[in-house]
Amino acid sequence: MKSESKLGLVLVAPALGVIALIALFPLGWTLWESLHQHDLRMPWLGQSFIGLGNFAEIMGDPRFWGSLGHTAFFTVVSISLELVLGLFLALAMNRAFRGRGAVRAAILVPWAIPTVVAALLWRFMFESEAGIANAVLLDLGILEKAIVWFIHTGTSWVPVILADVWKTTPFVALLLLAGLQNIDKSLYEAASMDGAGAWWQLTHITIPLLKHAILVTLIFRTLDAFRVFDLIYVLTGGGPGTSTEPVALYAFNALLQNLRFGYGSAVSVVIFAITFGLAVLYIKGLGVSLQGDER
Amino acid sequence: MLRWPRWLPAVVLTVLILFTAFPFYWAIVASFTPEATLFREPSLWPREFTLDHYRALFAERDFLTPVRNSLIVAGTTTLFCVTIGAFAAYALARLKFRGKALILGFILAVTMFPQISIVSPLYLLLRSLRLINTHPGLILPYITFAMPLTVWLLVGFFRQLPGDLEEAALVDGATRWQSFTKILLPLAAPGLATTAILTFIYCWNEFLFALSFTLGPERQTVPVAIALFRGQYQVPWGQILAAAVLATAPVAAMVLIFQRRIVQGLTAGAVKG
Repeated sequence: MKSESKLGLVLVAPALGVIALIALFPLGWTLWESLHQHDLRMPWLGQSFIGLGNFAEIMGDPRFWGSLGHTAFFTVVSISLELVLGLFLALAMNRAFRGRGAVRAAILVPWAIPTVVAALLWRFMFESEAGIANAVLLDLGILEKAIVWFIHTGTSWVPVILADVWKTTPFVALLLLAGLQNIDKSLYEAASMDGAGAWWQLTHITIPLLKHAILVTLIFRTLDAFRVFDLIYVLTGGGPGTSTEPVALYAFNALLQNLRFGYGSAVSVVIFAITFGLAVLYIKGLGVSLQGDER
Repeated sequence: MLRWPRWLPAVVLTVLILFTAFPFYWAIVASFTPEATLFREPSLWPREFTLDHYRALFAERDFLTPVRNSLIVAGTTTLFCVTIGAFAAYALARLKFRGKALILGFILAVTMFPQISIVSPLYLLLRSLRLINTHPGLILPYITFAMPLTVWLLVGFFRQLPGDLEEAALVDGATRWQSFTKILLPLAAPGLATTAILTFIYCWNEFLFALSFTLGPERQTVPVAIALFRGQYQVPWGQILAAAVLATAPVAAMVLIFQRRIVQGLTAGAVKG
């Protein structure tokens, strides 16, 4: 139908226009800025074209490489924990018949609250030697002496990772649960009949059939974790020093603290390129089809 | 079936609920505890009770201003996104036309790209329009990052609606427009409401843009205001947590009331292979 096609485009146009105008156009602008020296604190210098100069500076800055390392570390550790725990929870939820409402609520509330608030709740628990985290760990005999969590790099990561796991694992479980509920129950019955044990069923039925759900979750969570900002800004401020600073915070500091717009834009371009590369890698390499036109 | 011991799921889920709820419980207790005893021998049960922190929040800090800013910015953005997004989502879910898969892919891609990558041009743009530190200066960027999410959720909801009613109306001579406004929209009302709630929460929680494009307390949104709370000599934890409780309460209430629909909306698009 020709009229249908026309109507479709007319209806999509405003939303698409808005997205293009305030997402794609700025993206192009970032790219253009990244090729210039543009320092808002020294406006008399103007804006001169320096080619790939900013990128060369990024490549030579150990603080940038550090921030990239912190981001990768945070992404890998938090997502591994979230996937394993999330799968475990999803299996439990799939088996539980009572109290689903309470569980669903428990799951959604941390996910829905501002990340800033989540970060503050965890900061408070780990704040000071007399905080609750120290008290509990001392009581349980896990620690012998109270720790000042935020003055060492290693211990600073603990509340950061815990807060992220706390906020997102339940949501990961929810996505995996939706996948679990699509698995045909008769497969398990047949396997049981043939005498297959629980572990065999998990590794040969559940996980292979859950592959799609796991991969989609993995993509969403990786891209999300890679742009982590709020959580670390509030919890450690990137500290001690810059030892927990993620790339997004590095870019933010270049832009809004030092007002180096050319350089900051170049960092933004690098972050965008990495994110884009990761997404392509996942989608091509793992053969995932996202919500397309199949239905 | 995987044979779990009968009690195991119940135990796992109880632990989950305790782990999830504890930080909230602890923050609520602390928000009613006098500042002086906040870090002295933490006790799981409240021993003293004071409303000082909540009082100070409004009397000394003018916490109403960030709440008002957040309501204005998140409310306007939601209204705009859901209205425009509904048309786009209807077309993407219900009509056949060329380039549809491409458009859906594009929208999904935009939801994934990192916000930080457009902070610099948006800042320069808003500065030249003299919109830094204004409500429109936040609403404009918020529309960018909320619109793809809104459209994506709505497409999921529209797809779940039965198709026959619409077909019947078309056979009876109704136009596409009539079938959209008279039949589909009323049916889609719950989906629209859920999307509106999620879009609102998304904007209410946003931090990076709000931090970048506001300059002072008079235009800060709730998350920025809380994150930047400072005392004269020390961190005012009592007030921070009181503010955190107040910022969380409306979100938690909405989520608890609409949980079933929210779960439906969130998982509809993502996991169906």
